[in-house]
Amino acid sequence: MKSTRPTLDEAIRSFTGGAAVREARVKFEISPLVENGNAVPVTVEVDSPMTAADHVRRIALFNEKNPQADVAVFHLGRRSGRARVATRIRLAASQTVVALAETSDGAFWSAQAKVIVTLAACIEDISQQ
Amino acid sequence: MLRLALLGALVVAAVGAVADIAPKDRRSGFEFMSPQTQAMQSDETSNPGMLWVADGERLWGESRGSAGKSCASCHDDAVDSMRGVAARYPAFDEETKRPIDLMSRIDQCRAKRQGAPSLTQQSDELLALTAYVAYQSRNMPIAPPDDPRLQPFRDNGRDWFNRRLGQLQLSCASCHDERWGARLGGSVIPQGHPTGYPLYRLEWQTVGSLQRRLRGCLVGVRAQPFDFGAPEFVDIELFLMERARGLPMETPAVRP
Amino acid sequence: MIRALVNVPKTARRGEIIEVRAMIQHVMETGYREGPNGVTIPRNIINRFVCKYAGEEIFSAELFPAISANPYMAFSTVATGSGTLTFEWTDDQGETQSTSAEITVT
Ligand code: HEC
Ligand code: HEC
Repeated sequence: MKSTRPTLDEAIRSFTGGAAVREARVKFEISPLVENGNAVPVTVEVDSPMTAADHVRRIALFNEKNPQADVAVFHLGRRSGRARVATRIRLAASQTVVALAETSDGAFWSAQAKVIVTLAACIEDISQQ
Repeated sequence: MLRLALLGALVVAAVGAVADIAPKDRRSGFEFMSPQTQAMQSDETSNPGMLWVADGERLWGESRGSAGKSCASCHDDAVDSMRGVAARYPAFDEETKRPIDLMSRIDQCRAKRQGAPSLTQQSDELLALTAYVAYQSRNMPIAPPDDPRLQPFRDNGRDWFNRRLGQLQLSCASCHDERWGARLGGSVIPQGHPTGYPLYRLEWQTVGSLQRRLRGCLVGVRAQPFDFGAPEFVDIELFLMERARGLPMETPAVRP
Repeated sequence: MIRALVNVPKTARRGEIIEVRAMIQHVMETGYREGPNGVTIPRNIINRFVCKYAGEEIFSAELFPAISANPYMAFSTVATGSGTLTFEWTDDQGETQSTSAEITVT
């Protein structure tokens, strides 16, 4: 495993270019306790009118403890109608996950969640997979 | 290590008479999952197993082998011809005078009637075809055939289910009859019903067969697992299907 | 050959916000795992996804190894007119797979 990944804060700064981030307007749906870290459903919804003048441009996801901090960056626009995306992510361990949104006025918004990952009990045989 | 300790505690707890699960208490593994994983299975537009079903549908119509025939050439529309088939497998095979599971039945059709090379149990193509065929039984109750010729094999499956296995000396029944609903490490022990195969397991990050799942449980008790395609697995499946009689088929299910 | 499933409503009213779902079969090998021989399995992921509606990009994504195998995405768009939505996934080798769906807007 590569050891020198950026911290969660560093990853967020590289996305925002150092701009202030307000913890508001972002609704982050992710289960606090997941059965398997291989596919964790997430939904991010940003409170925005999604008009030509005022919309969400990007939504990004970052994690605290995977080998790499980046998860995904989604590009939206005024044609999206609603600032809502859903996907499934991998979590290598129990950790904090952050959702960030950039609005068309250049402001950044965020929400974070702590997720506990439990593991499967049966030990897998990898010899014949 | 923690796992071993937990299993050790189970060994102690499992000494006692093994009681079958009453039909009214039968519950699919679906019911032991989180609402998020349940939603992943129930919504076909987000169920990753549907990628294999879609692939199987495409393969169903493609010619293969020396006979130049597709499955559809002989079986037409699977929606009609394969409806309910998976819910009554394994079935008795006249040729080998033994039970045969759905995967091998499909592979037999490929080899004998399409003149195509046999596929391995783990091949994506056979998993996709089997998932597509079994999908035609989705929500139908499991209905094992009454064929008396199957009985000795089913009894053999039951014996395996109740036999203590591996270094941990646990039987399938110690976990799935006696301890279902209890937690083992991070996961809940389900009743061990074969309702959703082939299924998408998050742990595997792909679709796999019942035999792959059973191998995992055997390795879990530190037993030497049977090879893929071993007759013991078919006998165990025969018993598991009887034990799950009436539960709805879920292929392609999703499991953690 | 492409193994993808997309879900777009067949019909919608003009101006209605519709949900679009896309899923593709892919291992999303992270590049952080070791094979049985102890050698790291090379990274092989879909790193980019684009959805266009009547030729105009309406949604795109940059994906990293933390996206699950068989990537799934759901997003929204406004039904602007009858036409084709195209979906394109590009992997680490630069290979692109695509599929499409039609929508009728009334
Ligand atoms: C040349 C014709 C032919 C082709 C091609 C063919 N089959 Fe068959 N299949 C048969 C016949 C005949 C039977 C036996 C019917 C019976 O015993 O009732 C059968 C039986 C089956 C059964 C068992 C049905 C049951 O009710 O127990 C399955 C499942 C099946 N085929 C799947 C497939 C699949 C999947 C393919 C393509 C990979 C395929 N078959 C290709 C002719 C064909
Ligand atoms: C130590 C306890 C234990 C033993 C012994 C055990 N299993 Fe399991 N089994 C589990 C657990 C726990 C799961 C749930 C999956 C997981 O998280 O690993 C499971 C899952 C299953 C499933 C999947 C059910 C589904 O919903 O898809 C089947 C089938 C199964 N077991 C059958 C068996 C059989 C047959 C045996 C004996 C050969 C056996 N198990 C032995 C603990 C056990």
